[in-house]
Amino acid sequence: MIKAESLTKQYGRLHAVDNISFTVQPGEVLGFLGPNGAGKTTTMRMVAGFIAPTSGHSEICGFSVEDQPLEAKRQLGYLPEGAPSYGEMTPRQFLDFIARIRGLDGGRRRRRLDDVVGRLQLGTVLDQRIETLSKGFRRRVGLAQAIIHDPPVLILDEPTDGLDPNQKHEVRELINAMAKDKIIVISTHILEEVGAVCTRAIIIAAGRIVADETPDALIRRSRYHNAVTLRLTTPATLPETAAALRGLDGVDHVEADERACSITAFPAGGAVIVTAIADLAGRNNWPLEQLHLESGRMDEVFRSITEQEAGQ
Amino acid sequence: MNAISTIAMRELRAYFATPLAYVFIVIFLALMGAFTFYIGGFYEAEQANLSAFFNFHPWLYLFLVPAISMRLWAEERRSGNIELLMTLPITTVQAVIGKFLAAWAFTGVALALSFPIWLTVNYLGDPDNGVILAAYVGSLFMAGGFLAIGSCISAANKNQVVAFIITVVICFLFLLAGFPLVLDFFGGWAPQALLDTVASLSFRTHFESISKGIIDLRDIVYFLMVIAAWLYATAVVIELKKAD
Repeated sequence: MIKAESLTKQYGRLHAVDNISFTVQPGEVLGFLGPNGAGKTTTMRMVAGFIAPTSGHSEICGFSVEDQPLEAKRQLGYLPEGAPSYGEMTPRQFLDFIARIRGLDGGRRRRRLDDVVGRLQLGTVLDQRIETLSKGFRRRVGLAQAIIHDPPVLILDEPTDGLDPNQKHEVRELINAMAKDKIIVISTHILEEVGAVCTRAIIIAAGRIVADETPDALIRRSRYHNAVTLRLTTPATLPETAAALRGLDGVDHVEADERACSITAFPAGGAVIVTAIADLAGRNNWPLEQLHLESGRMDEVFRSITEQEAGQ
Repeated sequence: MNAISTIAMRELRAYFATPLAYVFIVIFLALMGAFTFYIGGFYEAEQANLSAFFNFHPWLYLFLVPAISMRLWAEERRSGNIELLMTLPITTVQAVIGKFLAAWAFTGVALALSFPIWLTVNYLGDPDNGVILAAYVGSLFMAGGFLAIGSCISAANKNQVVAFIITVVICFLFLLAGFPLVLDFFGGWAPQALLDTVASLSFRTHFESISKGIIDLRDIVYFLMVIAAWLYATAVVIELKKAD
């Protein structure tokens, strides 16, 4: 279990992190979201024991990060922001170094090395200097370093930053595969990632937690949740279609986009309006190209939550 | 102990993975030779000892040791690797000692490679090899003192060039603590006790007594204490500044 209690970090008068508390249970994958500078990395650094909080404290698997740092760090695999590693070493040397420091001996060290090299597909670059590798490989070396001792707790700061879409997919698969029996915290500003790997999301803005929900609950906050978007073949009928939609029960308001030739109807109070709209379109023979039920837009939720906070 | 040796081994390998180690050793040996034969007048003295060789060690170290120590921590901080290192299950003191030992061992290798001069003097005459061995030991301890100072300055600066310059200045003051250049600064106002303390901190005084062949426990203890004090300061500085 990870426990953070009233974590606060002050730099002079600036509250980089302001009274953040949360706990994460085994099996949970917690996504840390927030604009740049919101305090994601600072929070992770405090929980990982790299910097000391101004006040508050944290625990990893029952060990206090501040008072029993070595025990806490043994339970932890940590990928720092930017995935630093020693450029003059090869991945094989680097991973061997980390494994030794982590106290893995002979046979176990070799088995774990083989395991992470396989999982992260590092086999082809194992004996090249890290500084000559592409950004994607370097990130994977950083991930390999974090999981080499098979820790119960993983904290990964932007694990997919700099990866191409295929590599991102692979890293997400890796996280999903490990998720069952581990505690995983990842930070990201790639919103699609939250739905893809996280069971829970915390949004922080200006150093404070502004939302702590499942990704589904978060997306339900979107004004697009259960909205219906229609795309017509011709813009000519746009005004009358909009008028008809406005008259429908459960429709709060309608937004038309002439350029995209589309209309979005927003439900009042989360009502389900898609069947009514489909019926209406069928009866009136609207020149429909597409009818689409929106589940919600994460980026819009993110923006509305974080900007609201920044505005206060 | 295991963590310290793992870190030291990694560091030592890192020296030899880059041209740094080879460039350093070549320059170190070339300068030592040049000083000994041209400025020290090794042949002209016609004496079967290596004082012409060891007399220049403090001055060589003054510029060459900071060149090694400047990257010890500044590089870790600049590259962000310090975050990796400090979130591994090791203490700051272990990391500080491990990195220091690697740098010290490296200097030891460079020093040991000056053995041809020892062969030369044994070929030409009949020197007191006990004295020479003592001087080598003293030289190694003095290099350790310089390295420990450099380690602390490197921890306080992200910029290696700044770390180099400040280290040279502080090492210079320590080297000459027993000489008028430094003592005159305290002379006008400080009590005699302080003056004596400052004078007793001089690297050169302690090194000279060892290099004459007298391994006085006090001189060795002096260098060990200098090393311990500066390494402790390094750990404190890292705790304060690691995340900056």
